Amino acid sequence: MTENATTTTSKEPIKASEFDPKFKYELIKMHGGEKLLKCYQCGTCTSDCPIARYSDDYRPRTILRMANLGLKDRVLKSNTLWLCAACYTCTDRCPQDVEVASVIRVLRNLAAENGCVPQVFKDQASCILESGYAYKIPDLRIKKRETTGLPPLPKGNPESIRKILKGVSFMKHVEGSKGETNEQQ
Amino acid sequence: MSNNNKYLIFLGCAVPYRVSSYEISARKVLAKLGVELVEMPEFNCCGLPLDPVSHEMMLILAARNLAIAEQTGLNILTLCPGCAGTLKKVNKTLKEDKVLREKINTHLKESGLEFKGTTTTKHIMQVLIEDVGIDKIKKAVVKPLTMLQVAEHVGCHLLRPKSVIGFDDPEDPQTLKTLIEATGATCLDYIDETECCGAPSVGVSDKIALQLARDKLNHVKMVDAQALITICAFCHIMFDTNELRIEKMFSETYGIPILHYPQLLGLALGLTPEELAFNELRVNTSKLLKQVNEGAK
Ligand code: SF4
Ligand code: SF4
Repeated sequence: MTENATTTTSKEPIKASEFDPKFKYELIKMHGGEKLLKCYQCGTCTSDCPIARYSDDYRPRTILRMANLGLKDRVLKSNTLWLCAACYTCTDRCPQDVEVASVIRVLRNLAAENGCVPQVFKDQASCILESGYAYKIPDLRIKKRETTGLPPLPKGNPESIRKILKGVSFMKHVEGSKGETNEQQ
Repeated sequence: MSNNNKYLIFLGCAVPYRVSSYEISARKVLAKLGVELVEMPEFNCCGLPLDPVSHEMMLILAARNLAIAEQTGLNILTLCPGCAGTLKKVNKTLKEDKVLREKINTHLKESGLEFKGTTTTKHIMQVLIEDVGIDKIKKAVVKPLTMLQVAEHVGCHLLRPKSVIGFDDPEDPQTLKTLIEATGATCLDYIDETECCGAPSVGVSDKIALQLARDKLNHVKMVDAQALITICAFCHIMFDTNELRIEKMFSETYGIPILHYPQLLGLALGLTPEELAFNELRVNTSKLLKQVNEGAK
């Protein structure tokens, strides 16, 4: 996915220089990350996470611990971060109300900000810019609606979408938007 | 805005892209129950797919939809739980957070729009149970499906996170069961009913996604359900489109038809399988339909 990608369970010894003691304060200022510091590492999130059940690496509790410790690069460059299914089970069950899924989303947003963006998100964003829809809906399907008695598919308004997304920092990753960059495929 | 039988339909992306059987059956059933749908003009993706990479972009995209809906004076009905969850969540957040609202409105203003927070979003399930009502549905049933024993998969986003959605109980959801039983069918309990279908992991880790779906199908098979009932485009794709693939990959046999709830309800309301787009389903439904026709168990 990205160069130098890691997993959050990497066994590489942690060097003192890897800790960023201010990282957690950066996170709690972000919408959704506010309650990170309340995590007391009980493990409810991991034990109820459907992804952790099948992944050897993905552990929401570990991700939260690493975030609290300030292991910024390890977390943000980790491939495992992208495994979360956003099912919100952890958010509903965390006894500390940490809003775990939102903290993970905040981390992913930061990873994206730093250039780690899985291709699928770039593709969906450019589809939205082009048509309003997150997928390229084939013409055949649009035509078929008529024969199956469905009303015509409402047309998107790409011009309006472009206007309202002006100045959004993620746009630098989106093909077809102004200031297009192609870093980090 | 309190018109309980007229809604703006927000189709989202996945339904028109891949699951027209859901849209066809939902529209037929809603029409039969007296719910009028108005097409939502110029809507865009609800924003959810981009939340992992840009919360800001998600908020703006969702708010644009809400602002357009507000101009029509109608409330929103969605078929996709993800769209419903996103629009509800953003509506709540922006109503409560003045600073954020102003920031998002600065973006919307570029296109002459403004978010005010005057619209309500409901998923089709919520409209059926709260606005149409279980009594009206029961009265409309002309062909009780008493011969069927099915299982339900309600999925994640219709119910979670609880603090935002505030509908039913994510730990022991009853709405879909109640709606299934209104058709006369029996709704069976099974292990891990509320577990994720795996769909969000497709593309990131197909293996994990398919393992999750396999688990669910195994559990549904254990109780001998004649069909699995879904209410989400993604869950449906996960089970119906992938059932054969999962059977091959893990050397299993299921043969469990995956129906959209409106298809099941439609049968009970006297609509034909053709009208309900049964022909678009991947898993063979002929045995199930024969049972419905013959009324036999
Ligand atoms: S459930 Fe909450 S408190 Fe427990 S480890 Fe997870 S985030 Fe921390
Ligand atoms: S939201 Fe993500 S971390 Fe939380 S339980 Fe679901 S998949 Fe696991």
